[in-house]
Amino acid sequence: MTLLKEYIVPRLIQWAIVIFIGVSLTFLIPRMSPINPIDQAMGRLTAFQTLSPEATLALRQSLMDLYGLEGNLLTQYLNFWGRVLRGDLGPSFSAFPTTVADMIGSGIWWTIGLLGLSTIIAWTLGLVLGGLAGYFPDRWWSKAVENTLVSIYPIPYYIVAFILLMLFTYYLPIFPLVGGSRGTASFSWSYIGSLVYYGFLPALSLVIGATAFRFIMSKALASTERSSDYVRFAEIAALPKRRIVFRYVIRNTMLPQVTDLALSLAAIFEGALITEVVFGYPGLGYLLLNAINASDYNMIMGITLLSIVGIATASLLVDLCYPLIDPRVRYR
Amino acid sequence: MLTTIRDLFRYNSAFRYGSLILVVVFILAGLSFFSPYAPEARRVVPRAAPPSLEHWFGTTSQGQDVFWMLTFAVRNTLIVAGLAVIIGRGIGVMIGMISGYLGGRWDRFLSGLVDSFIVIPRLPLLILIAAMLRGHMTLVALGVMIGLLDWAIPSKRYRSQVLSLREREFTNTAVFSGMRSVKVVVREHLPFLIPFLLADVVSGFLFAIGLEVTLSVLGLGDMNAQSLGTMIYWGNYYQSLLANRVWVLAAPIAAAVLIVVGFYLASVGLTAYLDPRTRLARLQAKG
Repeated sequence: MTLLKEYIVPRLIQWAIVIFIGVSLTFLIPRMSPINPIDQAMGRLTAFQTLSPEATLALRQSLMDLYGLEGNLLTQYLNFWGRVLRGDLGPSFSAFPTTVADMIGSGIWWTIGLLGLSTIIAWTLGLVLGGLAGYFPDRWWSKAVENTLVSIYPIPYYIVAFILLMLFTYYLPIFPLVGGSRGTASFSWSYIGSLVYYGFLPALSLVIGATAFRFIMSKALASTERSSDYVRFAEIAALPKRRIVFRYVIRNTMLPQVTDLALSLAAIFEGALITEVVFGYPGLGYLLLNAINASDYNMIMGITLLSIVGIATASLLVDLCYPLIDPRVRYR
Repeated sequence: MLTTIRDLFRYNSAFRYGSLILVVVFILAGLSFFSPYAPEARRVVPRAAPPSLEHWFGTTSQGQDVFWMLTFAVRNTLIVAGLAVIIGRGIGVMIGMISGYLGGRWDRFLSGLVDSFIVIPRLPLLILIAAMLRGHMTLVALGVMIGLLDWAIPSKRYRSQVLSLREREFTNTAVFSGMRSVKVVVREHLPFLIPFLLADVVSGFLFAIGLEVTLSVLGLGDMNAQSLGTMIYWGNYYQSLLANRVWVLAAPIAAAVLIVVGFYLASVGLTAYLDPRTRLARLQAKG
């Protein structure tokens, strides 16, 4: 009962606050902008044809209607919430009759797949490598790994991804330049093989960055664990080193890493957006790039909203799993 | 202060290499004031020439000298990042100190707000703002925007520092001798935060440079000004890779990597210096 009251309910409240702030910001930002999206859309629509004044007025009216710009700010805000709760994000500007929700629906699984897989790989890899490097700080391999990852860590995602792109699609054309798969979607080996083939470089660029971050943190945690009493006792008891590292040290460094995973999901997601832009991977990031190039505000707003809700929910889920892992929270 | 820097320089290799790189970077940025060409001037040198003695980093297909472009780009990127850092850390310090010092209801409210902001992905929000301001974006606006979105994590750090400072004896002395809360926080607590601020400023630079590059590469920055991101954007726009003019892209990429690694190494050195555990180890080594 106390677990519910002291842990779960506050987390749920915080989740609701995040959603509220996120939706309000996506509502307010376009309305505070000096540029009127309607005028821009009108400009684009009328660029190649002339319309009669009545038709222009009618067009303006229907655009105002479509983009929820009717009435004063408060009713607009309430309508916006209503549409968000119904999952109706309006039509896309650039692919007009198609709704934003449909387009996001087709892109989101690519992003979730890429993001989920590379997060799991990077988290495990960073944890194990960091634990090993923290426990054996003086070995040549731990120093080599540390120096490499520490120098990669501060480099912006875009640049890491772009360098990989230059190296492996241009100078050594091993991997494809754009796309997510080849052939029609099916459960055949050739299709799944092409998924791996096309996804490899985007995933690699994400894994490199995320592993470096996890490694630095995990190494710091492991080197404090190393000087604690239980490790000393285990060493005196002559337990095999491998067992000390994997069964005791890494297991204890895992706990803070779970909390931190919830906090760093946003950063990993941003990395995924950029990676998709660089590699032309057909997920949300690619949709976003197209939307930027076509000034498709509805699409950008939809993706912003969805990413805030999605990341907040994902980190809520990670946090709710925490009591399953940490007995201290469970039995408080 | 100066002796600290000298000691760091002498004994901490990360800080030494980091600050050497940064000196090179700042010299590069300073050279922009002596550039023979205006930043936006085109067709002033032979087009698409590879690096040579005359044009160190080659020229672009638009007839710009890559080396002098780079000096402007480094300067502008540093200006954007500096502005973002000042604004972000300013808000962060203020909220952290208020929340840590007042405690109670205010602390719960502000901490809830800060925790919520940490979870929100900032890049989509920034892209939304930048897309709305497209064409009207200036370097200053970009810096302000990045700063306004980067205060949550530092403020958490300052809050925990102030929380521990509040329990110290001198806080009670100050309060009992009738100092006002604002004065206690600013005069007594702020000086203790400065070393942390210093390390944090550096990580703020890293974040801001990364965002500047990302936004400009997406075509959302101030596309008429030279910055590391816009140099890459225009390089891609004019197909530098396919036309075998790699130097156009290599220069901004190498500069970006150099700057962030320099800042990062310097911050690693500073953090190691500030960490009380390593300081103890240093004292033992001396004695």
